Amino acid sequence: MTLIALLWCIAAWLGLSVFAVVVARTAIVGTIVYAACLAIGMLGLSAGLEHLIAATAPAETIILPLGLPWLGANFRLDNLSAFFVLVVDLGAATASLYALGYGRHESEQHRVLPFYPAFLAAMNLVVLADDAFTFLVSWELMSLVSWALVVAHHHDRENIRAGYVYLLMASFGTVALLLAFGLLAGPEGSYAFAELRLHPPSETLAAAVLALTIVGTGSKAGLIPLHVWLPLAHPAAPSHVSALMSGVMTKVAVYAFIRIVFTFLGPPQWWWALPVLIAGAASAVIGVLYALNQSDLKKLLAYSTIDNIGVIFIGLGLALAFQTNALGAAAALAMAAALLHVFNHALFKSLLFFGAGAVLTSTGERNLERLGGLIHTMPVTAFLFLLASMAICALPPLNGFVSEWLTFQAVLISPQLPQWSLRLIVPAVGAMLALAAALTAACFVKAFGFAFLGRPRSDVAKRAVETDTFSLAGMFSLGALCLFIGILPGFVIDRLAPVTQFLLSARLPVQADVPWLSIIPISEGRSSYNGLLVFLFILISSLGAVLVIHTFASRKVRRSAAWDCGFPDPRPVTQYSADSFVQPLRRVYGTLVFLAREKVQMPTPGEMSPARFTVTMQDLAWRLIYSPIVHAVEFSAERLNVLQFMTIRRYLALVFSALIFLLIVLASWT
Amino acid sequence: MRHDLFFDVAHLLAGGLVLMSFLMLYQDRLYALINVFAGHAIVLTLSVAWQAYVQDAPHLYVTAFIALGFKAIIIPIALHRIVERLGIHREIETVLNIGLTMLGGIGLVALSVVVMLRVAPGGDPLAREDLAFALSVVLLGLLMMVSRRNAVSQVIGFMSLENGLILAATGAKGMPLVVEISVAFSVLIAFIVIGIFLFRIRERFDTVDIQALDSFRGEIE
Repeated sequence: MTLIALLWCIAAWLGLSVFAVVVARTAIVGTIVYAACLAIGMLGLSAGLEHLIAATAPAETIILPLGLPWLGANFRLDNLSAFFVLVVDLGAATASLYALGYGRHESEQHRVLPFYPAFLAAMNLVVLADDAFTFLVSWELMSLVSWALVVAHHHDRENIRAGYVYLLMASFGTVALLLAFGLLAGPEGSYAFAELRLHPPSETLAAAVLALTIVGTGSKAGLIPLHVWLPLAHPAAPSHVSALMSGVMTKVAVYAFIRIVFTFLGPPQWWWALPVLIAGAASAVIGVLYALNQSDLKKLLAYSTIDNIGVIFIGLGLALAFQTNALGAAAALAMAAALLHVFNHALFKSLLFFGAGAVLTSTGERNLERLGGLIHTMPVTAFLFLLASMAICALPPLNGFVSEWLTFQAVLISPQLPQWSLRLIVPAVGAMLALAAALTAACFVKAFGFAFLGRPRSDVAKRAVETDTFSLAGMFSLGALCLFIGILPGFVIDRLAPVTQFLLSARLPVQADVPWLSIIPISEGRSSYNGLLVFLFILISSLGAVLVIHTFASRKVRRSAAWDCGFPDPRPVTQYSADSFVQPLRRVYGTLVFLAREKVQMPTPGEMSPARFTVTMQDLAWRLIYSPIVHAVEFSAERLNVLQFMTIRRYLALVFSALIFLLIVLASWT
Repeated sequence: MRHDLFFDVAHLLAGGLVLMSFLMLYQDRLYALINVFAGHAIVLTLSVAWQAYVQDAPHLYVTAFIALGFKAIIIPIALHRIVERLGIHREIETVLNIGLTMLGGIGLVALSVVVMLRVAPGGDPLAREDLAFALSVVLLGLLMMVSRRNAVSQVIGFMSLENGLILAATGAKGMPLVVEISVAFSVLIAFIVIGIFLFRIRERFDTVDIQALDSFRGEIE
């Protein structure tokens, strides 16, 4: 029943797309489309939630007479897909709510509206697909529709380039997945997932499928070094779509990874965890280092998505490592941490993008160097943005802390692993994770501090006004969820149990039985966390501190001429700038990772020109991987140009020699 | 005994067709080339007629008749007239010298025999030998198209290639008449198109050496 409801939701979204194509240019249609998307999203959300809460609900399957005639379009709702339906539709509902307000400021409405519902439908389709054909078609639909949304503002040359790079990388990823499914299906060509589950491939074949899956899903999720398109494409789309792409679409890629690796490949080999862990750790650290060096707010958020995907993949890698060694409870812990982080990241990354969108509509600026002081003009947005920043920095009592804490708990079990290489590498990965968490904190101090604190750095920042009610409602619902999960994590962890049960046949201890609303991932003697207690402690101690300060410290209000405090020049340019903030970190890490070089040009004495300070940075992934490929393609294309201008006789000679060559091959074939 | 005779005569005629192809490769005058092509078509006619007799397939007589009518009579006469009317330079310019071309042709024949022996070891020997010769004729026709600069000799190369196809088709039993007739007509239409094309080249460039076309495109070799 639930599956049928979900399929009707998808059909309704697709119908809405067609409707929007027809009437996209009328003013009211934006409100209609987003309101309908919101309603359908809520419906899908409740359907997914219902299946997940009814923990023993059996998997539902439906075969529709579409697609390949001998296969049909298979759909299936099991615990894993129900969880991801929940993530996708929660994102869809809040983004639609936000867009009810945000969409009114959209200048290219007719380029956004027709694709938006189709994008939501495609993500749902991927999660529900139960055969390789339906899966790949939905996957491509998702890529294409999101591409259309990326290039919605196509007058901007940057966006066109972003769309081009995105399209190339998306096709590359799909080819990898296509080959992976081809290998899985084998010579009989059994593409239904039900059959793939029953016949796991041989050991070498499974390794090849694993490699292709990491490449295929990693290119969508943004694993380094397949991330190059992500920081270009995500910020280029309208903000509610950016939120969906960053918060939700990358999670669909994570779903594809889990689906293929954990349910089709049979029992894992111990070394499978290695590439996943290494890719995850590299993405976590390098992603956040990139983010730190951005002064474009939306780009910063996009890079931080790479970081969080890295955290998720670390959890998945740990789950693989524990599962190989039959450490069921530990595997369930790592998997639950990864899944919870999937959910959390969808929440706070969407919220952050909504906040960036609110700032963008209010000021027209994404550059941190031209923002500032918005906490006075946009107080609610500032508060919610701060909340999400704290969540992404993994500060208690918010949700980000819970999932990263669980991941660390899983890291700490690693001495139980029998393989030495894993025992050595997992603590290193843990250290990288800690480094990434610390750098994330620095990154969001920068994002929040320079956008909302200080004095306005430009006139537009000074004239900013608070955003509209719908946008605030969308952001508020996400913020409330962040806080709720942070305070009562046990409730959510129990809801994840059916998923880990389905994937690993193991689960975490039931958290509802733990007194005082604590969570205990392994055993009471080992570790426990109580979000509510931390929340109450922070609340009471900070209220107390405020009370004390205001009654005793600032009782005597003195008014006097401001001591300039090294601030004699009232112009805002004298403030500490976002770029200055990251300079120390850039000097420590950037010199190695980005080949960052700083150059100071001092004018000679007597010269009137200003001194100049320039920083150059390089993306090593571009330099070492992508540029050589581009050069090779260009070189061969240049060489093959000759083929275009030949005489008829030479063309015939070409055909003739090809024929002779093939005949010789045929003759010498034994 | 009777079967041996069938086989030997078919072999003889198919081999004759290959020989005629070599004769065409050797020619350096247009009129002589056209005459040899007519001979090529006559040998093809004989071969097809013999196959019709051997396989007791009356529709192959029709094919033979078409080959005789179009290829041995109408097309050579038309080509003669074209050459006369256009006042084409009657010497054929070759890309490679003729000796080397002939050596290459011998190599091609060897190649096609080896390919056929390898590909169809268990096939009917009559069909197999026939196919080997047919493949040689096709390859020799292609070699002719590749190694001549003159448009008329390219047309003839194309026609002889098609003769090879007919030989192959008749060697395989059960080839429907419709297919053969349509192949024959398509060749006729190709001939007409190429003929018109020749006149057009002549009008524009005052020569039928296809090098003129290349130089018109700005790519003189």
